[in-house]
Amino acid sequence: MIEISGLSHSIRGTQILAPTTLTLPAGQITALIGPNGAGKSTLSRLIARIEAPPAGTVRVNGLDVATTHGGRLARELAFMGQHTGLASRLRVGELVAFGRWPHCHGRPGAADRAAVAQALQDFELEPLAKRFLDTLSGGQAQRAHLAMAAAQETPWLILDEPLNNLDLAHARALMAYLARLRDGGRSVLIVLHDLNFAAGWADHVVAMKGGAVVAEGTPHEVLTAPALSALYETEIAVATHGERPLVLHHLP
Amino acid sequence: MRARGWVALGVLCAGVVALWLFQGLSGNVGFVLSLRLGKLAALVLVAASVGMATVLFQTVAQNRILTPSIMGFDALYLLVQSLALASLGISGFVGLPAGPKFLIETALMAGLAVALFGALLGRAGGRDIGRTILSGVILGVLFRSGATLVMRLLDPNANAVVQAVSFANFSRPSVETTLWAACLALPAMALALTLGPRLDVLVLGRERAVSLGLPHRAMVLVTLGIVAVLTASATALVGPVAFFGLIVAGLAHSLAPGARHRSLLLLAAGLAAVGLIGGQWAFERVLGLKATLSLVIEFAGGVLFLTLLMRGKIR
Repeated sequence: MIEISGLSHSIRGTQILAPTTLTLPAGQITALIGPNGAGKSTLSRLIARIEAPPAGTVRVNGLDVATTHGGRLARELAFMGQHTGLASRLRVGELVAFGRWPHCHGRPGAADRAAVAQALQDFELEPLAKRFLDTLSGGQAQRAHLAMAAAQETPWLILDEPLNNLDLAHARALMAYLARLRDGGRSVLIVLHDLNFAAGWADHVVAMKGGAVVAEGTPHEVLTAPALSALYETEIAVATHGERPLVLHHLP
Repeated sequence: MRARGWVALGVLCAGVVALWLFQGLSGNVGFVLSLRLGKLAALVLVAASVGMATVLFQTVAQNRILTPSIMGFDALYLLVQSLALASLGISGFVGLPAGPKFLIETALMAGLAVALFGALLGRAGGRDIGRTILSGVILGVLFRSGATLVMRLLDPNANAVVQAVSFANFSRPSVETTLWAACLALPAMALALTLGPRLDVLVLGRERAVSLGLPHRAMVLVTLGIVAVLTASATALVGPVAFFGLIVAGLAHSLAPGARHRSLLLLAAGLAAVGLIGGQWAFERVLGLKATLSLVIEFAGGVLFLTLLMRGKIR
């Protein structure tokens, strides 16, 4: 599990994340939702030690991210941010292979090659493996970066708005892939804007607003019409589809 | 790059080296060969230093338009030369022992770079590369203005001496300074090659590098330290070579897109060696030293820079 205690962040005196204490369960898909500027990305980046936390602690499966060696932590969690631009020209296969760096440090063995091949297959990238990234569409490049994070094969996968640029079919395929990882015992923290993906696939939902966690629980507990209307300051209805909530914002 | 490419580069390198050493060899063969060997060593050292330093700098800066010279190395070199001339006079300046002069110049330039990188990048956790580069540009302007001011105060003869050292001169280095430069540059090159796989991760950008477990800030500082040593020793050895690094780094990236850093660094060094040795051979033996190689390098570099920029090949 990820244990967050008293974690906060501010930039030049402006508080971006209020002191936060939170536990993210292992073996589940946790969706982080909230309006723009809620602090979702900041929280995910602090957990993944992309930003150094000025106060508070984060423990990933018992490892303190502030003091654990980066190489060790990279075998515990993989992070994919919102920016997929690269300064160098790389082929898709080469980018995905970088996901194995924490395991092989540039000297891939058979297991590393197998993991890369599996990631390429999982994200339907085999036909594109030899293509340069700058010749791909936004969605294809997004999938390549996702495959790189997947190839890292870590117990925790932290994804900041991974559905950006993905069409409906690929977005659904990604969520199904994450569900398979979850079923295999791995854990996922995913920042989502489309609430129905959270409603349909998440086991645990954390809602944030104004740099603070305002609600957490199961989708049925968090994704209610009053809570979402207050969270986004707009009228939202919630129906039920099967056993899952269905968020409706096209209200007459 | 494929094996055929490496073979071609090897043949090219061997060809220009043979041309340099043996073309028109006559008279006291032993003396001429030792003279040519000394100059060849300096040319190879400068070529490899500038080529590798540019590739490394572009990796850290995440930008293929930049060269380390943008950090104000050339301007500081000019300022040091001007101040030395102003304080020592022409006879004192010319009479300076080559080895200590080289070491002081190198220490000053590398010290400036390390202080700048350490103060700005160290504080910002390796993230504020843009501000570091901008600070280098501003310092470069400051040093250049200082050098211009000092040069205005010099008498015309002393001014002419400063002008002469303002452009790279590949006939200048003595055996002693070349040896000193080799002592500094070769370990830096070896370190860069050793760090090759880590540099491959560094080029992915800070976020991805940290996520993959690379100590990003330490890598940035070490890489910029190598850049500082390589650039400072090459500049102190022959003088400013502004655009040469940009040419070879651009060519290396074009010939081997997406190549790993070990290959890229060796390719840039090889291409630079071919360019410098071939160019200096043409200027010395064909054109009879009627021009300065560095002038042509700067002109060609400028044209290449604009062409690549306008075609969108560099970003």
